[in-house]
Amino acid sequence: MRNPQINRHGELQHLLTLDGLPREIINSILDNAAPFTEVAEREVKKLPLLRGKSIFNLFFENSTRTRTTFEIAAKRLTADVVNLNVSTSSTAKGESLLDTIDNLCAMNADMFVVRHSASGAPVLIAQHLLATGRDHVHVVNAGDGRHAHPTQGLLDMYTIRHYKHDFTQLSVAIVGDVLHSRVARSQIAVLTTLGVPDLRVIAPKTLLPTAIDNMGVRTFNDMREGLRGVDVVMMLRLQNERMAGALLPTPQEYYKVWGLTPEKLSLAKQDAIVMHPGPMNRGIEIDSAVADGAQAVILPQVTFGIAVRMAVMCMLAGQ
Amino acid sequence: MQLPDAETLCHQLAEQIRPHLQPNTVLIGIRTGGEWLARRLNVLLELRQPSGAIDISFYRDDYGAKGLHASPQRTSIPFSIENAPVILVDDVLYTGRTTRAALNEIFDFGRPASVELAVLIDRGGRELPIAARYCAHTLPEPLPASQNLQLEQTENGNLTLRLIHA
Repeated sequence: MRNPQINRHGELQHLLTLDGLPREIINSILDNAAPFTEVAEREVKKLPLLRGKSIFNLFFENSTRTRTTFEIAAKRLTADVVNLNVSTSSTAKGESLLDTIDNLCAMNADMFVVRHSASGAPVLIAQHLLATGRDHVHVVNAGDGRHAHPTQGLLDMYTIRHYKHDFTQLSVAIVGDVLHSRVARSQIAVLTTLGVPDLRVIAPKTLLPTAIDNMGVRTFNDMREGLRGVDVVMMLRLQNERMAGALLPTPQEYYKVWGLTPEKLSLAKQDAIVMHPGPMNRGIEIDSAVADGAQAVILPQVTFGIAVRMAVMCMLAGQ
Repeated sequence: MQLPDAETLCHQLAEQIRPHLQPNTVLIGIRTGGEWLARRLNVLLELRQPSGAIDISFYRDDYGAKGLHASPQRTSIPFSIENAPVILVDDVLYTGRTTRAALNEIFDFGRPASVELAVLIDRGGRELPIAARYCAHTLPEPLPASQNLQLEQTENGNLTLRLIHA
């Protein structure tokens, strides 16, 4: 079966994962995102590109920030956005995922932005749309289980390119709870595709997936050693809500060993940037002095995220 | 067909505009040809403000059919257009759809006092009720749709017109 996110003309049909997405498509998304950043500075922050399109935000798992940035991106493109409140939706009454999709397609949906706690839910929806001949309806994965969070990975790449320009000269460290992180999986996939020569993962052994050895990264169990000389530090959020049992000692102890403090950051290059996908746990994985410091680009990430999501939506809806 | 010399046209266009300039007139060129032209006119007319440049990719009326234009660029208007007399600059006037898109985009930046259109060459074939106030050359016969007339800039910055048969 062909890759469901690429159509027969080699264009992006859905955005489901960055794993296996060709470098040309990744670069064209990043290139297209650049002019969208300028729209935010205008008096009228709106472009007419998606006028008359209906975009459904289907969030089966809570996320204020991601949903908001997708909503702003769609509204700046003049699309009509419908946010489905899943806790009161028919899913709670027993309707299946694909029945929900069929019903929304009957309301002439043009795009679904899907967040789901089950890995593969957006792929299932995309395959269903293809199998039922609805090629004009597009799916954007806004995070599924432990699988992927492609728009986060893309906005991270936009941020790195903005500050560091050339991926093929960089040392990048991903730090923290890789085991539960779809963000980390997307980051590793896209950083590899873009040719980062030195990709490091820094985490306690209990928070590393067993397949980490096949991902083409160097793993470090000592944070100081791993941070030495890197250009980019990508922090991950400690996903307390996904942990049961003995993966961790206490948050305080985690902070002591794995928290990014100014002292640990000083081991990275002097002009290294610090990223975080949010929401941050201050005093657990990141110290406030770093989060609010000169090297942090955490808020620019959020701003760039809107432009990247605008670019993705336009590329999909324009096919 | 013998095409006129773009450099000569550029100077003629500047002389057409000159008597109508106001102290706060600003030029906005449509990328890419119109942007080059606006920069040249800006120097010839000795305007105080640098010229602006807009990319109309996000305002095209054929997005639904053709999708996102390849590699759109940043729109850059480094001045306030509120109450300013604006001269919109493009290289070739054809269907008028580009001008329509540019007008829509300009109004998302504010309310100009007026907008006039200046073009190097009018190739005919209008599909919208749009006319240029300043036009250096009008082709005697409209060009057939299979032909593409465009402005090019050589390495030393000279402007030339080129006709491409599709």
